[in-house]
Amino acid sequence: MTLTESRLGGGADLAAGFDVEQVRKDFPILARTVHDDLPLVYLDSAATSQKPLAVLDAERAYYELHNANVHRGIHVLAEEATGLYEATRDKVAAFIGATDRREVVFTKNSTEALNLVAYAMSNAETTGAEAQRFRIGPGDEIVVTEMEHHSNLVPWQMLARRTGATLRWIGLTDDGRLNLDNLDAVITDRAKVVSMVHQSNILGTVNPVARIVARAREVGALTVLDGSQSVPHMPIDVAALGVDFLAFTGHKMCAPTGVGVLWGRYDLLEVMPPFLGGGEMIEIVTMEGSTYAAPPHRFEAGTPMISQVVGLGAAVDYLTALGMPAIAAHEHAVTGYALDALATVPGTRIIGPPTDIDRGGAISFVLHDEAGRAIHPHDVGQLLDERGIAVRVGHHCARPVCLRFGVPATTRASFHLYTTTGEVDALVEGLHGVRRFFSR
Amino acid sequence: MKLDSMYQEIILDHYRNPLHRGLRDPFDAEVHHVNPTCGDEVTLRVKVADGVVEDVSYESEGCSISQASASVMSDLVIGKKIDEALELEREFLALMQSRGTAEGNEDVLEDAVAFAGVSKYPARVKCALLSWMAWKDATAKAVDPAAATGAAPASAGAPLDVPEQEKP
Ligand SMILES: Cc1ncc(COP(=O)(O)O)c(C=O)c1O
Repeated sequence: MTLTESRLGGGADLAAGFDVEQVRKDFPILARTVHDDLPLVYLDSAATSQKPLAVLDAERAYYELHNANVHRGIHVLAEEATGLYEATRDKVAAFIGATDRREVVFTKNSTEALNLVAYAMSNAETTGAEAQRFRIGPGDEIVVTEMEHHSNLVPWQMLARRTGATLRWIGLTDDGRLNLDNLDAVITDRAKVVSMVHQSNILGTVNPVARIVARAREVGALTVLDGSQSVPHMPIDVAALGVDFLAFTGHKMCAPTGVGVLWGRYDLLEVMPPFLGGGEMIEIVTMEGSTYAAPPHRFEAGTPMISQVVGLGAAVDYLTALGMPAIAAHEHAVTGYALDALATVPGTRIIGPPTDIDRGGAISFVLHDEAGRAIHPHDVGQLLDERGIAVRVGHHCARPVCLRFGVPATTRASFHLYTTTGEVDALVEGLHGVRRFFSR
Repeated sequence: MKLDSMYQEIILDHYRNPLHRGLRDPFDAEVHHVNPTCGDEVTLRVKVADGVVEDVSYESEGCSISQASASVMSDLVIGKKIDEALELEREFLALMQSRGTAEGNEDVLEDAVAFAGVSKYPARVKCALLSWMAWKDATAKAVDPAAATGAAPASAGAPLDVPEQEKP
């Protein structure tokens, strides 16, 4: 089967004022073919997004014209490189509604941003009284949810093990939402930190942050939001969210791999102990000991990922120019379209919210053959790949969610600003083909 | 379609009607192996006597390739001398590591040659190897319970430089 270009188009009509075909032209990779002559249908943006030319150009221009180490040199190139690096800090701050640029810390990715907070908390034990707020020990509790990506679960399990604190979690309902019935019993005044995902990478659920933050505040717990899947897809305003920390990762928002962000309230960052030690994060160093730089540099030890940060700045410009509200509206429309379309494939069980309300464009499902037997996601993914359709299969780094829903793995289709309804149609056609193949 | 070289009819037959499935008594050793990159799991029992693989039984969850491989493997090794069966395992491993360049010796590997096409798909090689590695581990334990370390879960892909597939 060969899909023509026009079959893959469509969708421009879904969200007024957003021309998806025009957007696709900015992403060279979307024009390539796979398996000889099949158009690529990329439905794996929750794993990583594709990159627009503007981002590739920015990285290349940085190396062609400005490359130098940052914050350490008085020559032209060093000043230009530092200027570009620091300009991204301003762009990111504006992008997420932060009023203070010093609140933006560059990390390697979300995973490192989340680990940074977790390690700062255990380091607080051996830091001065000013870090009191971060101290945690036996009897204290860490609260997460059952739908966390391993990157927002394992660091907290490790923190619990290092400090003797207890890990607790908010469970899930059958349609993939947080079960808030016993919220007050899960988040008690023993809670020191509540860390949760904003939009689930496996279920697509967008969580009611305000409700949980209100409870966490009531008991004086720090709040951390994993925005890996929300910052790339919706307008974000940290002040409105009311959290203390927000982690996100560049590569899912059209930026290169190797750069992420930890945003934190300045009054907290100011008293937060460092995670990694080294160059750049210090104030005065002697053989006996050192004092640390003020945020954000306290948390950016060593030579940072300069070209990637420059690329992130270009990605933020690109997304801002298109407009996050328009991008969100487009993805919302594609998600609704996909949920309806998947409902027409017999034997499809959606794992996650069945409607487009408070959910993003990552749709997990399990497909069954005509005899009602589940077709393993690996087999689904392999047969879809044969048609040029890229989806993700497995537990999506959220194995507890698979356990909760009693499935070994799921197939996940995920969307971004460049996804078309034509691509959703190709997926649906592919799924019919998979069912036929395994029902032979 | 190119895929047909992976999803051979023999593989699909074993997948639909697996042999030796369902844990049986008696047994000398039982192991549980997982493929952490995709969630395939197998619990496998081995009974040995006088240097012969007397019985293999298993319970497994996973894709068609891993399921079919467990069926083919158990049917192949049951009744063989342990040394012969271990030789088969080496042959099969070599076939899986061939990256599509080997066809496999049908006289030796029988139905298992049908997996030759799988070796072209690095992400799926572990699926085909899971039950073989579990069997090898269980047999080592059955033969010499003292020497068995109990280690080796997730070892299914250890001897291979197969790229990790599981990324967020
Ligand atoms: C919800 C969520 N959290 C955290 C991560 C980790 O991101 P990274 O691997 O870039 O650190 C991901 C994706 O990888 C994710 O989807």
